[in-house]
Amino acid sequence: MELVELKRMASQVRRDIVRQTNQCASGHPGGSLGCADFLTALYFNVLNKKLPFQMKGVGEDLFFLSNGHISPVFYSVLARSGYFPIEELNTFRKINSRLQGHPTTHEHLPGVRIASGSLGQGVSVALGAALAKKLDSDPALVYVLTGDGELQEGQIWEAVLAAAHYKADNLILTVDWNGQQIDGPNDKVMSLGDLPAKWSSFGWEVLYLNGNDMEDVLQTLAIAKSKTGQGKPIVILMKTIMGFGVDFMMGSHKWHGVAPNAEQTATALSQLEETYGDY
Amino acid sequence: MSWDIFQSTKKSATRNGFGEGFLEAGRLDSRIVGLCADLVGSLKMDAFEKEFPDRFFQTGISEANMIGMAAGMATVGKIPYTGTFANFSTGRVYDQIRQSIAYSDKNVKICASHAGVTLGEDGATHQILEDIGLMKMLPGMTVINPADAHQTKEAAKAIANWNGPVYLRFGRPDWPVFLENQPFEIGKGLVLKEGIDVSIFATGHMLWQALEACRELEKQGIDCELINIHTIKPLDVDCILKSVRKTNKVVSCEEHQRNGGLGDSIAQILVQHHPCRQEYVAVNDSFGESGKPMELLLKYGLGVEDVVKAVKKVLG
Repeated sequence: MELVELKRMASQVRRDIVRQTNQCASGHPGGSLGCADFLTALYFNVLNKKLPFQMKGVGEDLFFLSNGHISPVFYSVLARSGYFPIEELNTFRKINSRLQGHPTTHEHLPGVRIASGSLGQGVSVALGAALAKKLDSDPALVYVLTGDGELQEGQIWEAVLAAAHYKADNLILTVDWNGQQIDGPNDKVMSLGDLPAKWSSFGWEVLYLNGNDMEDVLQTLAIAKSKTGQGKPIVILMKTIMGFGVDFMMGSHKWHGVAPNAEQTATALSQLEETYGDY
Repeated sequence: MSWDIFQSTKKSATRNGFGEGFLEAGRLDSRIVGLCADLVGSLKMDAFEKEFPDRFFQTGISEANMIGMAAGMATVGKIPYTGTFANFSTGRVYDQIRQSIAYSDKNVKICASHAGVTLGEDGATHQILEDIGLMKMLPGMTVINPADAHQTKEAAKAIANWNGPVYLRFGRPDWPVFLENQPFEIGKGLVLKEGIDVSIFATGHMLWQALEACRELEKQGIDCELINIHTIKPLDVDCILKSVRKTNKVVSCEEHQRNGGLGDSIAQILVQHHPCRQEYVAVNDSFGESGKPMELLLKYGLGVEDVVKAVKKVLG
């Protein structure tokens, strides 16, 4: 997909996020909406992937979602890129579903390669996959997305240290830098300090991105790709607005883990064009 | 088969057997990779590292990251063996194992040395006695605690061909080697001695203690059946019930807390299928301390004499 179609798809993905969380009255719409442009670009433009799904992903680019609570956006892009039927989004967080509250491989949902939800683990997993790909002389890339509050987990920094040590230059990590977490702004809960300097000092290539500008997303992901194979892992510090696309959700941590009710859903959907058809 | 064949031919630490088995497994299957958190020498992973440097990953002192990396490697088809002390292989990284390995169905082999009080002088911070319980509670996790260096070597090879996550537990001290030429099959109990008075089920280092106890008890006219349960999960229920239906008396022996170990797994089976008396030879809700391995075994109720006493108690 190219720019115009990607923007249209991102709007549909946002509708999916609102509808999924509404129908089960739970889930995490805020971060999902903020990352909708990025994940749409990744799945419909950037990733070299194959269907049907194969866990090992030989010759494929891999994506790992470390901040598993934004599962609504993940499930939407997976379904709409053909991993499983779009109608299955209707089962999100319901009994007997493959679409668990947080993503899992345990229910065999195509497209998911690791369980996530307990934070801080995905970068290590992605690093392991990236090093295994190098061992196999597989030139494909490994992408991983984390939240910013998630950076408060110590394991993240173990993995950041190790990725530089191993020169994992086939690894592209994106941080959803929306500045918010459950209990409030990052700066109030636990300051992240000078993030660019932190990553630079660990030996990573650092890029910046406005994650709610599709042109910037495409350009920056292309730059990131061009920086691979040069001895350094790459991090994209992606500024997003939590709840982007729905005016009453935007910019507030209050919509981190709260689902919209019927009235709020109607308002939200009125702001998001239906482009590729609701499930 | 006479049980006289189970004599100590030499002493060697179970971790030595792991190192040998890991190397042999690596030679047979190029998918096997090693990861170690700054304890290569202690885990005896150095021979593998030397022969397969590209397939070996020193992760530094960051066990959580090591577990995650192993999960990622398994995702793309590798068979990772992680190595560190048992304490740092389990309790320290429990959530990482739970989510990224067990719940994610990853084919990772968590190899853990220095389990139990026989770690010795380093003391209680390192002497984990809760690891079997922690690991057996995880759905889908296989738990193996071999009894001597030979059995550990066989286990290290066998887990490569066992699909799914495994916790392989072994130890630090030199220990009698007495199971050479004995078969090893994951999930299958090994009968060392048939008997009619009491069933002794032993795992890990405690098998040798139990064997010595059987020799002593024989002199006193007590005919023990001795079975090695190296695989705590999946448990060989048929083997256990077959023995207990004959003896109606059980003694379980393990270098682990009473809570949550082999004895509890056996007790669950007995309660359901064949209620009978059981005595535990295990650590009784206590941390360990510094000392020499044999001193610690005696102090914490894991000596040969403790097995003898337990048998006599269960026989009433």
